[in-house]
Amino acid sequence: MREIQYNDVVTAIRNVIVHCGTVLPDDAYKAIKDAHDNEKSPVAKEVLAQLLENADIAKNEERPLCQDTGLAVFFVNVGEEVKVIGGLLRDAINEGTEKGYQDAYLRASTCEPFTRANLKDKVGYNLPAIIHFDIVAGDKIDVEYAAKGGGSENVSRATVFPPAAGKAGIIEYVKQVISDAGGNPCPPLTVGVGIGGTFEKAGISSKHALFRTIGSVNEDPEMAQMEQEIKDELNKLGIGAMGMGGTETVLAVHIESNPCHIASLPVSVNVQCHSSRHAHITI
Amino acid sequence: MSKTYKLTTPLTVDQTRELKAGDIVYLSGFIYSARDAAHKKLADLIEAGKELPFDLKGSVIYFVGPTPPKPGDPIGSAGPTTSYRMDSYSPIMLENGSLGMIGKGKRNQAVKDACKEFGGIYFGATGGAGALLGKQIKSAEVIAYPELGPEAIRKLEVENFPVTVINDTYGADLYQMGREKYEVK
Repeated sequence: MREIQYNDVVTAIRNVIVHCGTVLPDDAYKAIKDAHDNEKSPVAKEVLAQLLENADIAKNEERPLCQDTGLAVFFVNVGEEVKVIGGLLRDAINEGTEKGYQDAYLRASTCEPFTRANLKDKVGYNLPAIIHFDIVAGDKIDVEYAAKGGGSENVSRATVFPPAAGKAGIIEYVKQVISDAGGNPCPPLTVGVGIGGTFEKAGISSKHALFRTIGSVNEDPEMAQMEQEIKDELNKLGIGAMGMGGTETVLAVHIESNPCHIASLPVSVNVQCHSSRHAHITI
Repeated sequence: MSKTYKLTTPLTVDQTRELKAGDIVYLSGFIYSARDAAHKKLADLIEAGKELPFDLKGSVIYFVGPTPPKPGDPIGSAGPTTSYRMDSYSPIMLENGSLGMIGKGKRNQAVKDACKEFGGIYFGATGGAGALLGKQIKSAEVIAYPELGPEAIRKLEVENFPVTVINDTYGADLYQMGREKYEVK
């Protein structure tokens, strides 16, 4: 059994949060650069140029990319042959999150749902983190992290179709969700589509799909084709960067598909703004 | 053809009536930050006939909840938040003298109608460009509701703060116009 010190987990999480708050990952930067080069609308092109300039300023001056520094979302795959010494893994992730958000001057955005009171003093600075655990083979802890903003989360939707809806029904649904959203979720977007499983499995799959490298090709050729088809359809909507009108609304569509019940076809659409702050580390 | 203006707050109706959807404006002077919770409090004060923490006349309200400042800086990153959440409050602000709002994302018909009636402008700033926009803010002072943290009302001194006219005083909407132009049916 491999042993990992609690404090080493805290430090690793803290560092990834500080980095993601201020440095746009290469895949997102390149995708926005490509969108800028391809955009036909001069107004949207100017917005995309501002986003690249913003990313440069944030990186060079260590400023948060966006004032919405998100909720901290983790997918954590824990090897069966690894143990954290000196405390609980969940506590270490939360402690690292709090440290990272404070050290990088990120915003504390968690609140009580009805009074809307900020939880920074009562629970912790931007706590609790949203953590999805899984158990896997091996002696490592694999951590995928994203800072998820509120604007794009607010337009995300889920439904359970009857099986007859099929692929066409799913494509139409995604189009409707993105069309209704317009400029609100800060396009150009990454669109995560979770298909199948159960109601919550589709939702979690749509979230996890957003953690994939932008520009990577789906391993399943059928899904890869469907991703391209949906992306082309969405870019016909004309929404453009920040809703100003344009040809580049969507940077990528990522699908995660699961086996499901014979009676159902669950679908979830999770939307990611252009500031796709995500990272993958192994501890 | 869109025009470029440099304006200093407080604004006047003569100025706002000149602006058209698509125009670019560089704002200087003082603007006030307020999000959901602060809007509710302001609306309650107006309803009760009480004094507001700042003079609404000619004011520009910025929908923003900034990150905390780094040592030595007046403010952290400070880009716009999504505006529709303020739709139920904005007409009251415009009716009582405010002439500008800065945010991102579409507004409802009631806000557009109030812009026409009272000479208000809805400006869009680039969402997610918080580092860039934060640098155009020269000073920041919490003037009300510090308990709201990032949602407190701040008096912000801006210099050449870049915004685009989304909804003008004639009912035009840049989001609709832009999308219609590039939509492939």
